[in-house]
Amino acid sequence: MKQFVKLVRPYMVWLVVMVIVPLLLIVLYSVTTGGNDLVNIQFTLDNFKKMTEPIYVAVFVKSFQLGLISVGICLVAGYILAYLITLFSERVQGLLILFVTIPMWINTLLRTYAWICLLSDNGIINTVLGLFGIEPVSMMYTDFAVILGLVSDLLPFMVIPIHTSLCKIDHSLHEAAMDLGANRFQTFWRVTFKLSIPGVLNGIIMTFLLSISTFVIPKLLGGGQYMLIGNLVETQFISVGDWNFGSAISVILAFIILIAITCMKRIDKEEIEEE
Amino acid sequence: MKKKRIGAVLYIGICFLFFYLPIVVTMIYSFNSSKSLTRFESFSLRWYENLFTNGEIMNAVYVSVTIALLATAISTILGTLTAIGLSKSRRILKELIINVNNIPIMNPDIVTAISLMILFSSLKMEKGYLTMLLAHIAFCTPYVITSVYPKVRNLDPNLANAAMDLGATPFQALTKVILPMLKEGIYAGILLAFTMSFDDFVISYFVTGNGVSNISIIVYNMTKRTNPTINALSTLVILVIVITLVFVQVIPLLARRKREQGEALAEMGEINEIDGMQKEERI
Repeated sequence: MKQFVKLVRPYMVWLVVMVIVPLLLIVLYSVTTGGNDLVNIQFTLDNFKKMTEPIYVAVFVKSFQLGLISVGICLVAGYILAYLITLFSERVQGLLILFVTIPMWINTLLRTYAWICLLSDNGIINTVLGLFGIEPVSMMYTDFAVILGLVSDLLPFMVIPIHTSLCKIDHSLHEAAMDLGANRFQTFWRVTFKLSIPGVLNGIIMTFLLSISTFVIPKLLGGGQYMLIGNLVETQFISVGDWNFGSAISVILAFIILIAITCMKRIDKEEIEEE
Repeated sequence: MKKKRIGAVLYIGICFLFFYLPIVVTMIYSFNSSKSLTRFESFSLRWYENLFTNGEIMNAVYVSVTIALLATAISTILGTLTAIGLSKSRRILKELIINVNNIPIMNPDIVTAISLMILFSSLKMEKGYLTMLLAHIAFCTPYVITSVYPKVRNLDPNLANAAMDLGATPFQALTKVILPMLKEGIYAGILLAFTMSFDDFVISYFVTGNGVSNISIIVYNMTKRTNPTINALSTLVILVIVITLVFVQVIPLLARRKREQGEALAEMGEINEIDGMQKEERI
């Protein structure tokens, strides 16, 4: 049996080289200046200070705004969808959930490209509107297009955890609540919703994280001028070439994610303890 | 109750329309004979012809497929062996590795992507096919481990010892006893690794160079103007993914049905035999 312990070693080396060192490099870049070569580096906090400049603050604010709006829409639409799915028999539920998950497996890029065909000025939606005599609406390169793209990309990530926690609820609790005189709304609000909160929180955190780090959706649906945190990082690395500043933004991004995941773990832990 | 059902079906229908309409529309317009993305003129395979005669795109398909296959193979082997070793490791080491292993899963793609980009350029590696392959292995292996490790934990820890007591070498114990019992987890890992690698855009985009592009990068570069050739390409990519998924969902079902059928047939065979015997007796 002892022989198998050695099997871990190659992967340990791999993790150090491909995960830990690269992350340390980002941190190193974020606190230094001196170009992209690491030859004559100097330590500095300027990269973080630069983020307080109004243009960059605006990018962060915009990312959070759009993130929160899309998460809000996902939450309402996703909760209703997850709840309605639980009304069906187990077999049908499995099938419906499969249909919710299939889009998660298809590349975001391709699905976002598909939205362009629908939304563009001479796209299908405008053609259909034209049939009813409505003037074409310019939808591409607006907040609307970006939010639509985000919601369609993130909705499954909201539905799945909520559905999971709704399924766990013991059905006799509903009957008990009704027997004790609660009306439908009270039963839903004080029993069903309350018990599904862990799933809701997991869904919110997942979708929020994905929404603030994306750069494909805003780039394709928002146009080249559209800047969210992800796009800012991309331009720093691909076109501007200021790796130090780009790294500093990533460090902040990773930090936000770390906090969110800690929250998520705590929720899961509480849930397990309750059980 | 019935009224409620109709409402539910309607709402679920609208949601699914929202998920699938753009995809279906892209697919339909890949068969359009004109360049228009609004008027469907007549059915044609023109864009597919374009696709298969475009050297750049075919090259990208080659890159995507070979990288997905290689990354899946390597990360499955690496991940499975690690998962087996992990269950025998000391607790501290185990937790440390699992936590570090979770980093690439939790981190946004873009952070993983730039971290690897910085790594490769610090090592003075030329960006291209090899760096893309290494990056793909790096983000696929954690998923393989998370799907195989729970299965390893459910194994009876004495299995390997029993096999070796009976004269198997450690290697035989591994391949003949342990691996077959982890089949399900390994298949799930393969599926995850393959689809993740085949579909990846963000990480590939940052770590590639020297004109090596996969399908996603080509699509990204071509989306600046709508082009039905991309519709054709994305139709094929989506088909590959959906067929893989359906295959994986349906195969176990079919296998079970086959088995049940087989059992039913066997039963019938027995009945026939009995019938035959009775007939013989009568004769």
